[in-house]
Amino acid sequence: MTQELLRKTYRIHGGDFDKAGEKAAEIKQILRDLDLDPSLVHRSVIVAFEAEMNVVMYASDGTVTLALTEKEIKLEIADEGPGIEDIELALTEGFSTATDEMREMGFGFGMGLPNIKKNADEFRLVSEVGVGTTVFATVRLDSSA
Amino acid sequence: MTLSAIRDMLQCEVLVGEDSLSMEVETVVASDGMSEILAFSRPGALMITGLTHVQSIRTADIANVRAVIYIRGKHPDQKAIDLARQHNLPVLTTKFGMFDTCGLLHAAGLKAGI
Repeated sequence: MTQELLRKTYRIHGGDFDKAGEKAAEIKQILRDLDLDPSLVHRSVIVAFEAEMNVVMYASDGTVTLALTEKEIKLEIADEGPGIEDIELALTEGFSTATDEMREMGFGFGMGLPNIKKNADEFRLVSEVGVGTTVFATVRLDSSA
Repeated sequence: MTLSAIRDMLQCEVLVGEDSLSMEVETVVASDGMSEILAFSRPGALMITGLTHVQSIRTADIANVRAVIYIRGKHPDQKAIDLARQHNLPVLTTKFGMFDTCGLLHAAGLKAGI
């Protein structure tokens, strides 16, 4: 297994819309300071931001973990929330269970999970109804355009 | 096109970044859907939106947008202004609506930033 060069975990509070995105902004700063390829940083930060927004919108609590190895940027976003009943449907662009409040903030158009999947080289979603959801996303360092 | 030329054309009020108006922009992304901007915007675009929540500035930062213009004379709340200042992100507001704002920018030669 490739050795991890960095690992950092942040707590995300469900429902805290004013602070939503702060963790992704911190991750952006960390990745920028490491002088990684800007397109890799861009993709990783979009993954982190969309996943963080999902936790804030749907879950009661969660964490985002950033890990860096010599080969990849790994993001793991885990929440304690309602879980996803039909994962395939949730990954369909345009499908959403968002409330009006979420839509008023410009989210909840059924693009979050597809956006995460699109920007990740590897993507895995594990969910249990009534327990929570975890998103695993990897951006490979050799995948820059 | 410089931000100052855009400010004059769209009769904008500058809310943040009065000293950054010499900045050049070539591309534009216009949407009220933050995920759309995240999904399709190329870095360096000018973002046009009617969404004034602090999340609009957060999205602009994450998407590496160069500046934000709010339409229909909308003013964001103080949290959005503070966050934009923190990120040195110029923020303007125009009295024009989305259609006219985009039409004028398009006619002035700016391209889609998607």
